[in-house]
Amino acid sequence: MSALEVGGLAFAYPDGHQALFGLDLDIHPGERVALLGPNGAGKTTLVLHLNGVLGGGAGVVRVGGLEVAKPNLKEVRRRVAIVFQDPDDQLFMPTVRADVAFGPANLGVSGAELVERVMEALETVGMAEYADRPPHHLSFGQRRRVAIATVLAMDPQILVLDEPSSNLDPAGRRELAAVLEGLDLTMLMVTHDLPYALELCERSIVMNEGVITADGPTRTILADEELMRANRLEFPYGFKPDYVAGRT
Amino acid sequence: MLAPECKVAGAVAFVLVVVATPREALWAYGIYAGLVVLLATMARVGVRTLVRRLVIETPFLLFVVGLPFLAGGERVDVAGVGLSIEGLWAAWNILVKATVGAATMVLLASTTPITTILEGLQRLKLPPVMVAIAGFMVRYFDVIVSEMRRMKIGRESRGYDARWWWRAKALSASAGTLFIRSYERGERVHLAMLSRAYTGSMPEFSPRAGSLSQWAAAATLPATALAVCVWAWL
Repeated sequence: MSALEVGGLAFAYPDGHQALFGLDLDIHPGERVALLGPNGAGKTTLVLHLNGVLGGGAGVVRVGGLEVAKPNLKEVRRRVAIVFQDPDDQLFMPTVRADVAFGPANLGVSGAELVERVMEALETVGMAEYADRPPHHLSFGQRRRVAIATVLAMDPQILVLDEPSSNLDPAGRRELAAVLEGLDLTMLMVTHDLPYALELCERSIVMNEGVITADGPTRTILADEELMRANRLEFPYGFKPDYVAGRT
Repeated sequence: MLAPECKVAGAVAFVLVVVATPREALWAYGIYAGLVVLLATMARVGVRTLVRRLVIETPFLLFVVGLPFLAGGERVDVAGVGLSIEGLWAAWNILVKATVGAATMVLLASTTPITTILEGLQRLKLPPVMVAIAGFMVRYFDVIVSEMRRMKIGRESRGYDARWWWRAKALSASAGTLFIRSYERGERVHLAMLSRAYTGSMPEFSPRAGSLSQWAAAATLPATALAVCVWAWL
C-alpha cells in the first residue's frame, strides 16, 4: 500500500487562481522525496491538501489508504505531519513543552503518556533540555527543530517539511540534516536547496505551474540540464553534484 | 514554591479585601502596606524594584490629582487653596487602593513566570479562550515588536525622519501594515493549529493542582487582611 497517493488533484483558490491542474503522485512507505520547483508552482498548495487544510477541488488524496475527507480528518492529521516554513507560526504555546504537547493532547493523549511522548520527541531533535523555555527565547535553528518535535509527538507516518533549510546558518542546516537523517519516516520535503535534496532524498518530484513535470531519482533529475533550466532550478555557485555521494 | 493558582487566588482575594475596606480607616491601610512590604521581603523582591514597577500606575493616578480641586461640597483651606474635603477623601481612596493592589500584582508578577501564571489561571477555570488569548499575546509580543523594529529600520534607512508631524502619514501606514501582517500571521498560526488536530478548544494539560497546605499558606494573606477589614468596619 502507498504511504501517500494523490490522484487527479486539481484546485483553484476562491479568487479564481488555479493552483493545481490534475496531479498524480504515489509515495511508498519509507521513501524520502524532495518536491522541487520555482516559487508559485503550487508546492505549498499541494502540501496543504495532504492533511485536508485545503480541499474541495477535484481529485483524491489518500494517506496510508485512508481518504482525506471530513470524517477522517483527525486521523489524517495524526498521520501527516507538516512542518511549516516559519517556526514562529508553528510554535504558539507559551513553553516548548506545552507546544509539543498540543498535538498529542488534541488527539486525546494525556497523563504520563503525554509527558513521555513530549520528551521523546524533544530528545529526537536534541532539544529536551529546553522543554520549559518559551519558544521566542530560542535561536531560529532551535525553533525549527522544536517545530519538528511538535509534529513528531503526534506519532505520524509521513513527515512533510516546507523549506526546512531556509534561514538556517550552515551549522544549523547540517544539524537539521542529521536530525532528519535519523528519522525512520516517509518524508516529503519542499525545498529550493538542491544540495539538501540530493543529500537527504533519493527521489525528487518537480512541479511547475500546477503540474508535475518530472519524477525520478534525485541525481538523475539534477543531472538533466534542460529540465533544470525549464523549471528554474539551479545549484548554488560552484556546487557540483558529481562530487557528493547523495542518498540512494 | 506555591502552586500558581494558589498565588493568583490569594493575591486577587487580598486585593478584593483591600478594596472593601472603609477609606476612613487609615490604620488599616498602614497594616496592608506593611503586609505587602513583609511579603516582598520574604520573596526577596527589593523595595526599589517594587517602586520602579509601580510606575505603571502613574497614568491612572494623574486623574486623581484633579479630584480635590474639582469635587464639590465642604472645602478646607490648604496653603491658601480651597480643596474639597470629599474630593480629598476620594483621591486618597483611589490612591491607596490602587497602590496596594498594584504592588500586590507586581509582587505576583515578579515571583511567578508569566507562563506559570497562565497555567494557574487555567486551573482556576478561567475560560480557556481567555487564557489562550493571553498566552498568544505573551508569545507573539516579541515577534510583533521585532517586526515593528524592522519596519522602523526600513523607514529610517530610506531617509525617513520622524521629527516632523506631517510625516506621520508613513507612520500610520506602517501601523496598518503591521496590523495586516499580524492578522496574516494569525491565519498561518491557525493553519498550523488545524494541522495538529485542533478542533476549536485548547487541550487541558494534566493539572498538577496545589495541595491543601499550599492553599492554606496562600490564604494567610487575604485572611489576615479580612480580619483587619472586619475590624475597620466595626
